[in-house]
Amino acid sequence: MARITAGIGSSHVPAIGAALDAGRTAHPDWAPIFAGYEWSRRFVAEQKPDVVILVYNDHASAFSLDVVPTFAIGCADSFAPADEGWGPRRVPVVHGHSKLAWHIATSVVLDEFDLTITNEMKVDHGLTVPMSLMLGQPEAWPVKVIPLAVNVIQYPTPTANRCFQLGEAIARAVKSYPEDLSVQVWGTGGMSHQLAGERAGLINREWDTKFLDQLTADPDALRTMSHEEYVREAGSEGMELIMWLTMRGALGPGIRELHRFYHVPASNTAVGNIVFAPQS
Amino acid sequence: MLDTTFQDIPGTFVFTGERAIEGRHLNRFCMSLMSAANRTRFKADERAYLDEWQMTESQKQAVLRRDFRALLEQGGNIFFVLKIAAVDGRPTQSVAASFAGQTTEEYAAMMRSGGRNPEGLRSISGRF
Repeated sequence: MARITAGIGSSHVPAIGAALDAGRTAHPDWAPIFAGYEWSRRFVAEQKPDVVILVYNDHASAFSLDVVPTFAIGCADSFAPADEGWGPRRVPVVHGHSKLAWHIATSVVLDEFDLTITNEMKVDHGLTVPMSLMLGQPEAWPVKVIPLAVNVIQYPTPTANRCFQLGEAIARAVKSYPEDLSVQVWGTGGMSHQLAGERAGLINREWDTKFLDQLTADPDALRTMSHEEYVREAGSEGMELIMWLTMRGALGPGIRELHRFYHVPASNTAVGNIVFAPQS
Repeated sequence: MLDTTFQDIPGTFVFTGERAIEGRHLNRFCMSLMSAANRTRFKADERAYLDEWQMTESQKQAVLRRDFRALLEQGGNIFFVLKIAAVDGRPTQSVAASFAGQTTEEYAAMMRSGGRNPEGLRSISGRF
């Protein structure tokens, strides 16, 4: 039987990928970030998950505004890195797990979550930067990844509660998959940041810290929080944090926080990383 | 939830349906820059390339002068208009700085010292 063995929350700042790809990891702007992720990188290397369900958002790469799926699951067996305007990142092609992805799609749709199914999708920094942070720079990725794209750039975005409930439905789906697989769920994006307008550069350390505390101990407070509050406190792009709730929902009520890391800034953004183990 | 939900938050663009309508062709133009061939054509003659799209003259002018605030005010989505900056090889930080009238250096220094404090920037009405 497939099992969810860990949940990880992580920022997916594009500039982190650019720094890594350009070999600037020792630069004073970036060294503290890569050092801060060392614990999680070792954890993932030791855990050796078979599959990661990676909750992220596309940034006008795979999806234009022609079609805006609220939740889209990648069922393909491979996903190439997208050209985001300066050529694709030089990272390996991401390999999917078609059978588990289709099982999840079938299970959650019958569970009344109407996912979009995609069999062809390029993946941008939202997906590949967390992989680089957690897996380093291998020749080939050591884990299969099921991309779960959430619309957070065209309002209306799903509610925080809906994201959480989707995580719960994914947990039911994984549990009913017959093959013995270790599955991690990663929720990505955030933390507080805003790229445009007079509040560009907004960082809310106090709120971010409370978000991490509540994600561990009181996720209900975050599920019921309005979009307006997310934007007001974490910035217009800080809204991405609702995707961490899908990860949290997938882990179930009893969890242990194993690790957390917080740093300001990575370019325009506050960086956060948290690792949970489900109740054994 | 109505499009007015976010109007109490100062200096903040949330890309609602209303903005999507206004920016439809502007954002389509931006998306076209995902292709290297289109980037080359745009760079060769920006005006001629812009005229292939059903954008308003004001939107085209905002692209030509790289006025990102004007682009967002006229329906641009931040992740789409950033593709124009990518064509120019201009970092996101430089665009972000321009919104608040800061130089890139001033903005980067602000970020290194903890970012922009939300105090006083939460609510126009003063509710928060």
